[in-house]
Amino acid sequence: MPVAQATHGLGGLKDDPTKKSKPQELNVLIALIVIVAAFELVGRVFLGDSFLFNTRDNVDAIFNTARLQIIILQVSIVGIIALGVTQVIITGGIDLSSGSVVGATAMVTMSFAQTALVNGQPNPKAIFGDWAMDLPVLAPVLVGLGCGLFAGLINGALVAYTRIPPFIATLGMMVTARGFSRWWSNGNPISFPTESYGAIGKGMMPVLIFVALAVLFHLVLTQTKYGRHCYAIGSNEQAARMSGINVDRHKVLVFVIAGGLAALAAIVLSSKNLTAQAGMGVMYELDAIAMAVIGGVSLQGGRGSILGTVLGALIFGVIISGFTFLKLDAYYQEMVKGAIIVGAVVLDQWRQRGRSRG
Amino acid sequence: MSDIILETRGLTKRYGGVHALEDANFTLRRGEHVAVVGDNGAGKSTFVRQITAVEQKTAGQVFFDGQEVSFTGPLEAREAGIETVFQTLALADDLDVPANLFLGREIFRFRMGPFSVLDHKAMRARTLEALKTTAVKIPNVDNPIRNMSGGQRQCVAIARTAAFASKLVIMDEPTAALGVQETAQVENIIRGLKERGIPMVLISHNLRQVFDLVDRIVVFRRGRIVASLRKDETDGNDIVAYITGVKGNAEAAMA
Ligand SMILES: Nc1ncnc2c1ncn2[C@@H]1O[C@H](COP(=O)(O)OP(=O)(O)OP(=O)(O)O)[C@@H](O)[C@H]1O
Ligand SMILES: [Mg+2]
Repeated sequence: MPVAQATHGLGGLKDDPTKKSKPQELNVLIALIVIVAAFELVGRVFLGDSFLFNTRDNVDAIFNTARLQIIILQVSIVGIIALGVTQVIITGGIDLSSGSVVGATAMVTMSFAQTALVNGQPNPKAIFGDWAMDLPVLAPVLVGLGCGLFAGLINGALVAYTRIPPFIATLGMMVTARGFSRWWSNGNPISFPTESYGAIGKGMMPVLIFVALAVLFHLVLTQTKYGRHCYAIGSNEQAARMSGINVDRHKVLVFVIAGGLAALAAIVLSSKNLTAQAGMGVMYELDAIAMAVIGGVSLQGGRGSILGTVLGALIFGVIISGFTFLKLDAYYQEMVKGAIIVGAVVLDQWRQRGRSRG
Repeated sequence: MSDIILETRGLTKRYGGVHALEDANFTLRRGEHVAVVGDNGAGKSTFVRQITAVEQKTAGQVFFDGQEVSFTGPLEAREAGIETVFQTLALADDLDVPANLFLGREIFRFRMGPFSVLDHKAMRARTLEALKTTAVKIPNVDNPIRNMSGGQRQCVAIARTAAFASKLVIMDEPTAALGVQETAQVENIIRGLKERGIPMVLISHNLRQVFDLVDRIVVFRRGRIVASLRKDETDGNDIVAYITGVKGNAEAAMA
């Protein structure tokens, strides 16, 4: 049959179909560079100062290392949450509870991380009796992780088995977990952790932990069955089901992992601040979602990557730090944050249309 | 070993008050290719979904490969040896061709529960092999299939089925969205299956194609099987008469 020889109709294709399509992350990287360059330019012209480079003679460095450190330190804790949120969004869900889970986990964790004597006096913020004092660092860490995993399990079970939209299920968790963290110590902060607990988030440790987790989950998403199924479910849940993927169980696992990552962020944050408060992590869920979306993770599911989210987190950090650099008010920062989130989603929609087949 | 690979007895599916499939008695012999035809909404896809356990049947029995089966999900049906091209393409648009071919049956470098490590290389190599044997041409298998034409995506789905075909293949309107060339190609794949002796259920609205490819034609009408005719004892007009209900209402029970 002559037909067998014929190549397929390539009529409708815009790109050269024989070439590998360009990775999305490249665009995000370019955006990062452009934004940094813009701040640099504005700084030089209007403030006579550099955003990126060291301008002080008494410091021997090419870059403004202090600012760069602040940027990455700032984004790494929310970045840890964003790693989990990325997986949830790729699977086609959303997680609004991560900020509240951070708050609740921080409270519980800190209660098991306290030290008995502060400057020779009994700990003034003690939550439990002596039995919970000066425990080995593993104890609060495990308790905290347990909290996060449990919250994730509830989220996942609600989404997978009651078929409540993830938006609603995690909204419920968001409110509940915040209420829990206020109830836990009647609104009082919990402080004075053991020295070893305080070491977890000391100095640049949050950055190290963030980078290590990012590498780990990059590998998990690109190299394992779990990752492959995240993309498959987010891309076409029906197809995933028909292909024999246990979609419900997978969704539970994704939310459990996201909960675990929120808990890790809570541990790092409370350790860094040496205290836990009921209001910890407020709005972190939106920051984390913003990082992912800026990094090219599509709210429609199926698309995005950990690398993209890490770049998105950097863009987020650069913009916030850039506004401080330009000496703009904190109120502006909030407003701009909101605009960035909406802008990123609009961009995503727009990309979507560009990609859809005609 | 019995000569019959697939049999349904009294297979019934109701969606609330909708009697989508009523008392379907159907048999398929080893190596046989059978077409299922009928108007839109006649219950053809519903029939497929009950056999492959995408949905759970309301009543009736399914026998496959000599024994009664009651699969709890499509994976079990597939593991038993039933490969299916569903009418609504079961493809993930954001994944590339190898990922789609091996969706739900990935090859691993080593196993660690959900975190089993994928063997990208092996899956890619076997994908290229499968595309070659089915003569399906895809410009670049490493791109997400989102950017491919409807026909190419359909070919991916069919190549997947043909590549893994073992005991039974079911195709629900595989050429519905295809151009002339792609249709001819899919028909070649189906002929290849016939040569390999793999039995098949082909659902199609294209009577020319049906008469070209299969041994026997089963007509569905309003959820019931109204005729089962060998290709050489019928013709197009006869089939159309059954589809439209001009013929066959009285014989409904004896299919
Ligand atoms: N999930 C469902 N819920 C309710 N009714 C359904 C459902 N699926 C199918 N039906 C109904 O069952 C009947 C048979 O549908 P089915 O999809 O099997 O038809 P078909 O023969 O495959 O048609 P087509 O040729 O258009 O694909 C139709 O009346 C349809 O509306
Ligand atoms: Mg149908």
